[in-house]
Amino acid sequence: MQFCLCHGGLVFFMTPELFLQYLFAGVTYGLIYAIVAIGFNIIYNTTGIINFAQGEFVMLGGMTAISLHHYLPLPLAIAAAVAITMVIGALIEMVFIRWLHNPSILRMIIITIGLSILIREGALHIWGEGVRALPYFNGNEITSIVVLGVGVSPQVFWVLGVCGLMVAALYLFFKFVPLGLVMRACAANRVAATLCGVSTKNMVTFSFVLSAGIGAMAGCVVSPITYSQYDGGTNLAIKGFTVAILGGLGNSMAAVAAGLLLGIIEAFSISVVPLAFQDAIAIGILLIILFIRPHGLFGNRSAAMLKEF
Amino acid sequence: MGFARYIPIAFLVAGLVLVQQVTQHTGTTFYLTQLTMAAYYALVITGLCLLMGYAGQISLGHAGFFAIGGYIPAALTTYNLEPLREKWLVQTLDAAGLLTAGQDLYGQQVLHVHPWPSCILALLLTAGLAFVIGMPVLKLKGHYLAMATLGFGTIVYRVFLAMPLFGEADGISAVPPFPLLPGVTVSGDFAARTENYYIAFGLLIVGLLFLINLVHSRIGRAFRAIHGSEEAANAMGINTPRLKLQAFVISAVFAALAGVFLTHYNGGIGPSEASVMKSIRYVAIVAVGGMASLWGVFFMGILLNFMSLRGMFGTYDDAVFGVILILIMLFAPNGLLRLHLWQRMRRWRGVDKPKSRTE
Repeated sequence: MQFCLCHGGLVFFMTPELFLQYLFAGVTYGLIYAIVAIGFNIIYNTTGIINFAQGEFVMLGGMTAISLHHYLPLPLAIAAAVAITMVIGALIEMVFIRWLHNPSILRMIIITIGLSILIREGALHIWGEGVRALPYFNGNEITSIVVLGVGVSPQVFWVLGVCGLMVAALYLFFKFVPLGLVMRACAANRVAATLCGVSTKNMVTFSFVLSAGIGAMAGCVVSPITYSQYDGGTNLAIKGFTVAILGGLGNSMAAVAAGLLLGIIEAFSISVVPLAFQDAIAIGILLIILFIRPHGLFGNRSAAMLKEF
Repeated sequence: MGFARYIPIAFLVAGLVLVQQVTQHTGTTFYLTQLTMAAYYALVITGLCLLMGYAGQISLGHAGFFAIGGYIPAALTTYNLEPLREKWLVQTLDAAGLLTAGQDLYGQQVLHVHPWPSCILALLLTAGLAFVIGMPVLKLKGHYLAMATLGFGTIVYRVFLAMPLFGEADGISAVPPFPLLPGVTVSGDFAARTENYYIAFGLLIVGLLFLINLVHSRIGRAFRAIHGSEEAANAMGINTPRLKLQAFVISAVFAALAGVFLTHYNGGIGPSEASVMKSIRYVAIVAVGGMASLWGVFFMGILLNFMSLRGMFGTYDDAVFGVILILIMLFAPNGLLRLHLWQRMRRWRGVDKPKSRTE
C-alpha cells in the first residue's frame, strides 16, 4: 500500500483504495460513537442529566457477551448480554437516581462518574486487565469482501447494519410507538406529562434501560474489530459526548451525522498525526465546539432549549 | 473573626510536631514518607477546594495541571544538554547560572537545568495554560464544563503518554533533588525524611493560610456569591468571569506546585499521575471534605491519601474512591461534617418537612 505517502500528510495524493479503506474505518467507528451519543441523548432528554457511565454500558455488553459465548451460541450470548446490561441499567437508575429529590447537576455528574468508576473497577476484578474479543460473526480476521476494489471485513457490514437498524428502529419507536411517544412527552414537559397520568419516574428508568441496551448491542457488534477491555468505556464516553454536542445535545438524528463526521475525521487524521494523538483530535474538536458552538453544528440556540428526540 | 481563624493552624503545627516525635520515638518514621506525599496531594486538593467549593466550578482535569508541574521539571532536570553546549541558547542559560554541570554514573559529563528555574518555568507555564484554557472553558456550565475539563485532562495524559521526551509509558526517573535553600533540599533520601516532612507540611500550611485569607476576604465572599447564583452575583456588580478565572488559575498553580515538589521528592513521575482517575480522586476528596470547607478538605486530603498510599485499600484503590463519591453525593452532598444527623432523624420520623433543595 501507499502508506509512506500518506504519512507525509499528503491526503490528496492518497490512492482511491486507501481513501476507501479510511472511509470504511471512519464510518464504522463513527456509527459506534453515534450509538453512544444517542444513549446520552435518550437519558438527557428524559432527565436533563448526562450519564457519564454511558461508555461503560458498551464495555459491559461486549465483555458479558464474550464470557457468555463460552457456554452459549453467539446470537444467544449477545442477546443475553444485552438483556443483562439492560437490567444493570435499570438497577442503576432505581438504586442511585430514582429517589433523589431535585438533585443539582453537579451532584448528578459526580454520582454518574462514581458509577462509571464502580462499573469499571468491577469489570477489572471480574475480567482482569486482558484484552478480549468476540469472534467475527462471519469468517475470521482475514475474511474480506471486495467492495469498489478494496477488501472490507464482513464485520464492518455487521456494524453498519446493526447500528443502522438500531437508529431506524429508535426513530420509528419515538415517532409511532405509544411508549416512545410518552417518553417524548416527558422530555418536552415533565409536569404536563405527569398531569396526563404518565409516570415520569418509570420513563426515566426506561430511558436507562433503553440506552443501556443499545450501548450493549453496539459493544457486541464492534467487539471483534476494536476488542473489549475493562477501561474501554471512558474513551467511548468522551467521543460519544463529543458527537452528542456536535449534533446538538438531545438531537439523536443529528448525532448520527455528527458521529459519521467525527469517525471519518479521526480515520483520516491518522495520515497526518501519529496514532497516539488520535484521541487528542476528537477531544480537541470537542473543546473547540464547546467554545464556539455549544448548541451543536446543526442546532440553533433557541432550539437547544427545547428537548426533542 | 480576626486572629481566631489562625488558632487551628497553631493546633495543626503542634499536632504535626507531635506526630513526628511519636514516629521518631516508636521507630516508625517510615510513616513520614507517606505523610509527606499525602501533604503534597492535599495541596492539590485544597487548591481544588477553592475552585469547586467556593467558586462552584467543577474541574475534572486537575491531574493534568499536577502532571505538567511534575513533568516539566522532571524533563528539564534530567535532559542532558552537554551535546548542545555549543548552541547559543544553552550558552546563554549557562552564563545566567541556570544550568548545573555534573557527572553521571559512568563518569560522563552532563549538563542539566537547575531545579529552581525549571520549577519557576513549570509554574508560569501552568498559570499561562490555565489562563488560556480557563477563559473559554469557564464560560461553560454544568455538564459542558465537566466534559471540557475532562477532555483537557485526557489530552494532557495522552500527550505525556505519547511523547518520547516525557518517557512515554515509563515516565521519567532519576529526577535530582531540589535544593530549595542552602541546607534545605527536597529529596527522597532516608536521611532527609524528617526534614522533608516539615518542608511538605510547611508548604501546605502556607498554601492553606493563603486560601483561608482569600476566602475570608472580599474576593472570597464574591466567590461564594458566584457559587450561590452566578446571575445574582453578576447583578451585584461582581465580575464573575474574571473571578472564576482567578480561582481556576490559583488552583492550577497549587496543583503544579504540588507536582513539582512531589516529583523531586519521589525522584520521578509517570503518566498515571495525569490520568483521569487521579482527577476524579481529587474531586472525590473535595466532596468528602465538604466542598466549601478548607479544613474538612485538608484533613480528608491527608487522611484518604495517606490510607491509599499505605495500601489500605488494596486492589480496590480506585473503587474505594468511586464508592466514596457515590455515597457522599447520595447521602451528604454538602459533606460529611454538615450531615446534620439529628435533623435527618427528625425528618425521617416525619417531624420536619424536608426543605426543597435548589442548588
